Amino acid sequence: MENNLELKNLNRTEFKVVGKNIEKMESITRPNLTYWADAWRRIKKNNVAFISLMVIVLYILMAIFAPMLSKYEYTAIDSSKMNQFISSKHWFGTDELGRDLWVRVWRGARVSLTIGFVATIMNTVVGGLIGGISGYYGGTLDSFIMRFIDVMYGIPRLIVQILMMVVLRPGIEALIIAMCITGWIGTARFVRGEIYRLKEQDFVAAAKVLGVSDFTIIIRHLIPNIIGLIITNLTMAVPSAIFSEAFLSYIGLGIAPPECSWGVLTKTGVKMLRVYPYQLFIPAFFICSTMLALNLLGDGLRDALDPKLRGTE
Amino acid sequence: MGKYIIKRLGISLATILVLVTVVFILVRLMPGDPFTSDKMTPEIKANLEKYYGFDKPLIEQYFTYLKNLLKGDLGYSMKYKNQTVNKIIEDSFPFSFDLGIRSLVFGISFGLVFGITAALNRGKKLDFISIVIAIIGTSVPDFIMGALLQYFFGIKWGLFPVAQYLGFKHTILPAIAVGFYTLAQVSRLMRASMLEVVQQDYIKTAKSKGISSFRVTYKHQIRNAIMPVVTVLGPTVAAVLTGTFVIESIFAIPGMGKFYVQSVQNLDYSIVLGMTVFYGAFLVIANMIVDILYGLIDPRIRIAGK
Repeated sequence: MENNLELKNLNRTEFKVVGKNIEKMESITRPNLTYWADAWRRIKKNNVAFISLMVIVLYILMAIFAPMLSKYEYTAIDSSKMNQFISSKHWFGTDELGRDLWVRVWRGARVSLTIGFVATIMNTVVGGLIGGISGYYGGTLDSFIMRFIDVMYGIPRLIVQILMMVVLRPGIEALIIAMCITGWIGTARFVRGEIYRLKEQDFVAAAKVLGVSDFTIIIRHLIPNIIGLIITNLTMAVPSAIFSEAFLSYIGLGIAPPECSWGVLTKTGVKMLRVYPYQLFIPAFFICSTMLALNLLGDGLRDALDPKLRGTE
Repeated sequence: MGKYIIKRLGISLATILVLVTVVFILVRLMPGDPFTSDKMTPEIKANLEKYYGFDKPLIEQYFTYLKNLLKGDLGYSMKYKNQTVNKIIEDSFPFSFDLGIRSLVFGISFGLVFGITAALNRGKKLDFISIVIAIIGTSVPDFIMGALLQYFFGIKWGLFPVAQYLGFKHTILPAIAVGFYTLAQVSRLMRASMLEVVQQDYIKTAKSKGISSFRVTYKHQIRNAIMPVVTVLGPTVAAVLTGTFVIESIFAIPGMGKFYVQSVQNLDYSIVLGMTVFYGAFLVIANMIVDILYGLIDPRIRIAGK
């Protein structure tokens, strides 16, 4: 009722015609966001994922610089300082041979993170290529590759890794090779499925009709469509590679002393657990927090890299 | 269904054959002839010679090896005379199997309970707690979990025995350590699956028919939501097996994992390879059974398999 009264009091003279400004209506008011800029914006908005990303970046930086900046060597044995607790001289204490644990933890981070990232990236590239070719070209090649993958997929990853490590000499390269032998299969399966689905879609048909070459279709149309999924997958696969390294080193098949990794440190820590529990807690904390951060970042990336979710938050 | 089972059987057999062949080739590729050492007694040498047939041509060696495996003979130790892989498995498998079953039962039952509770209390405290538990379960490797459980509950607070495998009380900590990953996976999946099922039309229908909310949850929601969880059982069996490896050495349980790790450290290659074949075949068969079971439970799978 009140509204009606107010409307009656309104006077025509109080209004004026502003007209249409076509240019203004059609102009783009917000800056054009690329796919990556948008993903970055959304990751920054997601607190959990952003903190996880920062933690991982911090660990990587520390792994690079901490061993360089410390006055201790990761192999330097000092029998006068065995099993010392955390102090201002030894920030994480020392181990059974008097080696500084701060340096050893970051040296271990170098090894563990390198293995985790390199093995996963190699698996993704190889798996992506094989899966992509199989899915795109189809036919006999595809069914041959798929049968091969069916059989290989059945062999437990761990068994292959152990076998490879028994044959190869323990070390970083051996671990990466052992993880790559079967690691690509999961990626190949999923990339093949995605490519198979995408290549039937209209935009690919349109590109083909226009005479675009296979190479350009793959580079310009197919890869941008699955790159988000691939990156998410990659992030989620790094923790399992770090776990594999720790596990293999733990049972004595991974990194051989004097080189150290988080797995080797955990192994020593478990041995000393009854008397010096901090020697386990410290490497355990770093393994767990890295795996946690990568898992949470992967969750965040899955949302951030999915263009369908753009603007839904 | 028959066709599906036959196809699955074929793939599994091919997988085992590939595994065995790979093991055979790797033995020949090992650097520096690991099967000869100065300390080896003539008896052990004779055993290895007999098993692998090193003096015969390669093809013949391969078939001898296959024949040995078909007979169930997995090889001899190269460190201790009279020690065979079969004997080790015979003695230690019951312990590992017991631990594996206990951790699977623990992981699956608690995982289901957590997942269902979380989904029914979406956005509330209980949901948050179960998500945190699931995150811990996926981020803490089982050997760290085992060591921490042993330290706090065994050594520090003395609530449970520190090691060995004698009675029910001894089995609790190892089973939790091995089963925690399974718990996390199952509860995550069950929660997601429950939340998806809630939106289905048949739940609305059931509610509008006036069925009590307990019956809707129990008879309609949980029963349908549980299906996808079966798919993780295959990978879970593998994870449990990996877990038993290290957990057995941490808690001094005389299971297969402990012997395996010991043989690795003793450089007893022939035991390692023999046990690897056993493990591999066991996992392949376990996966096959899970797949076939899934086909039996969910008719859509076997139709897709045709």
